[in-house]
Amino acid sequence: MTALTRRGFIGATGGGLVLGFALPLKRRPFLVDAAPAEAAQVTAFLRIAPDDTVTVLLPHSEMGQGIWTSLPMLIAEELEADWSKIRVEHAPAAPAFYHVLWKRQGTGGSTSTWSEFDRLRKVGASARDMLVRAAADRLKVDAKTLKAENGAVVGGGKRLSYGALAADAAKLTPNEDVRLKDPKEWKIIGKSPKRLDTPEKVTGRAEFGIDVKMPGLLTAMVARSPAFGGKVKSFHAEAALAVPGVRKVVQVPSGVAVVADHTWAAEKGREALKVDWDLGPGAEVNTDQIAKELRELTKKTGKVAAEKGDPDKALAGAATKLEALYEVPYLAHASMEPLNATARIQADRCDVWTGTQFPSGDQTAAAEITGLPPEKCFIHTTFLGGGFGRRANPVSDFATEALHVAKAAGAPVKTVWTREDDMAGGYYRPAFVHRIEAGLDKAGKIVAWKHVIAGQPLRAGAALDHAALEGASDSPYVEQVPAHRVSVHSPFYPIPVQWWRSVGHTHTAFAMEGFIDEIAHATKRDPVELRRELLKDATRRLKVLGAAVEKAGWGKRSESGIGRGVAVHESFGSFVAQVAEVSVDKGKIRVHRVVCAIDCGTAVNPDGVAAQMQSGIMYGLSAALYEQIRIKDGKVQDLNWDDFRVVRMNDAPRVEVVIASTGGKMGGAGEPGVPPIAPAVANAVFALTGKRLRTLPFKLA
Amino acid sequence: MRLNVNGRDQEVTAPDDMPLLWVLRDLLGLTGTKYGCGMSLCGACTVHIDGKAVRSCSTPVSAAAGKRITTIEGLSADGSHPVQRAWAEIDVVQCGYCQPGQIMSAVALLKEKPKPTDADIDAAMAGNICRCGTYERIRAAVKRAAELGGGRP
Repeated sequence: MTALTRRGFIGATGGGLVLGFALPLKRRPFLVDAAPAEAAQVTAFLRIAPDDTVTVLLPHSEMGQGIWTSLPMLIAEELEADWSKIRVEHAPAAPAFYHVLWKRQGTGGSTSTWSEFDRLRKVGASARDMLVRAAADRLKVDAKTLKAENGAVVGGGKRLSYGALAADAAKLTPNEDVRLKDPKEWKIIGKSPKRLDTPEKVTGRAEFGIDVKMPGLLTAMVARSPAFGGKVKSFHAEAALAVPGVRKVVQVPSGVAVVADHTWAAEKGREALKVDWDLGPGAEVNTDQIAKELRELTKKTGKVAAEKGDPDKALAGAATKLEALYEVPYLAHASMEPLNATARIQADRCDVWTGTQFPSGDQTAAAEITGLPPEKCFIHTTFLGGGFGRRANPVSDFATEALHVAKAAGAPVKTVWTREDDMAGGYYRPAFVHRIEAGLDKAGKIVAWKHVIAGQPLRAGAALDHAALEGASDSPYVEQVPAHRVSVHSPFYPIPVQWWRSVGHTHTAFAMEGFIDEIAHATKRDPVELRRELLKDATRRLKVLGAAVEKAGWGKRSESGIGRGVAVHESFGSFVAQVAEVSVDKGKIRVHRVVCAIDCGTAVNPDGVAAQMQSGIMYGLSAALYEQIRIKDGKVQDLNWDDFRVVRMNDAPRVEVVIASTGGKMGGAGEPGVPPIAPAVANAVFALTGKRLRTLPFKLA
Repeated sequence: MRLNVNGRDQEVTAPDDMPLLWVLRDLLGLTGTKYGCGMSLCGACTVHIDGKAVRSCSTPVSAAAGKRITTIEGLSADGSHPVQRAWAEIDVVQCGYCQPGQIMSAVALLKEKPKPTDADIDAAMAGNICRCGTYERIRAAVKRAAELGGGRP
């Protein structure tokens, strides 16, 4: 028995310090059969091998956000590791790797780096402490005379590498209260080492879910209902089975699966398949109608989330009144890698390979479908070809479906979605309408604020849809208005909805920052000056606002034909301000430059944070300029990149990022770059043209 | 039929209309070339046929028979191609799914225009979507690759 199971786990101190310091030293090959049977019992965050490589088992999923690099940095900092010896794997689904704050394993909410900041530094520090004590035992000297540096313990003229000490160190009892470094001592945190996943990703070696291979693996495509919630009435498999390479046609809860030797045969087989559907109420869904209903709903107060004073009376008595509707459509996440999952069910175990943000949920689903205990259901997280929230499905839709297909086919099967399947597959960011009414006194001070939000809730039946309100009901702009009310309507529609990169902030920032800009122009104030006045107690917002406008040259005259707009927003614990510079030519908006300042507290990997700002801006800009999911009589209309347009190289702005840390509490980086860009661009277009854009995607008539 | 992939002749049995993409991925196990749209809209499937960038999702395998096919796996054995080195130096990748296609488009561009302008980069790379929005770094990496001699045959 190796130390892997003997010394994998040391117990709960507070949030549960789970130290990984385990051997065996055989590196687990990444995919398929080589996964050790005991993977579900692995509790270690790292393995140190005799060749000195340090393998970090990543408790979160790498989907582009860079945690494959930033989380190992936390361990390496305290371990005094040799950075060139760090290797990374996704951890298996197991309780030891549960999110520090959630009772499950998952990646989302821009939490990975800050939530692991203490836990993984402690892992590194505990391991270092054990290695130093092992060296002291071997050299028969006091541990205090030894020092850990660059992957070895040194002292008294001797140097023992971690690989040489690991087996002895693993026999020691970990100390629970090892000292963490003072930030002044950091050598890696705050630097920007190159991404550790680059070598695999520039050579095509990186394995995404869609790349999983194994002997005997079949590929399936599932014919799903053309309308959400529809059911199979009957199907005729003959023509599909006649397609060369098609092996089986099986019914599963989500539709009818064509199982074939390869993807092309599965696709041709599915084209030949005939299915009669009972479409149900989903066939009556029209997004145009939903938008109308949402607008109508905002005429009445909804469930109240924030209220102070009597906003109706204050509004009635105001010297100036402003009212505006802000609207956003349903949106697909549209990751580059279409959804897929591979499932293999055997008598005593089940394996799922997929790019997932929720391995725990997939494990639970696998246990339910197979009847096996969860610890016999092995979830192998591959690289994610984008996630953006879609691969954090609360019902594990794509993994569940693959399990059903594999079960019905009686073979290991990879279920692949086409681009059109992925786009029509639902779990969208819901459409929202905001109706905001503000009353100003004679001096231009905001004295009344009535704000009604309407849109489908992420969780039907919740008492209050907080995800629709974040960034609005808790806005510092609103809180200081003496009479205000923010309320929400949460109607149900038969459209599956889900969190989409930055969730409620995708629309609340647009409404808030657009409307504040309207107030600035209505009162003839500079948009930055008005924000500075309203945010005088919101120090971190003020700081990023100042950093962004300074770098952008706000107040200096812009080039002719260029308009500037600004927005500042807090989300996921981070504060981001953006200044956009735009031009308009024949009705087409072009964004040339975006200056972005972020305060996320400690930036563990500043270049990684900058990359996430660039990424969030492009993602948000695609939604601002182009994206929408339209549904007509139940059928999704926007199915591929020709209809669901996104930003491309030729319309990508230059982005300049300032990390403006105040040293405050850490926040996230994956999502907070998204919310400010739509309002910054809308505000810039107004500055240039006088036309106020309140509906996404933007249309200049 | 006989395909020449990354300098090696290989015999494959596939229907004539099967897209080259699926032949590469599912029959030859070369999964570095990615599926993204099936309609030549996103460029994730970009490979070279006789040195020219093509979208393998919309190229029937029969059209590639007898020609030189190069995939990301054939660019270099170890990531040492100047374009790959530039990508690493600039830290371009995020999720990484589109990057094989981006790199293959960039290599083809540099072959034709060893010192591309911004307009050249826009024109050659606009067919490759990156949902992580790495465009700015791709642009910088294309320029860096030009300095590293990425356009040399």
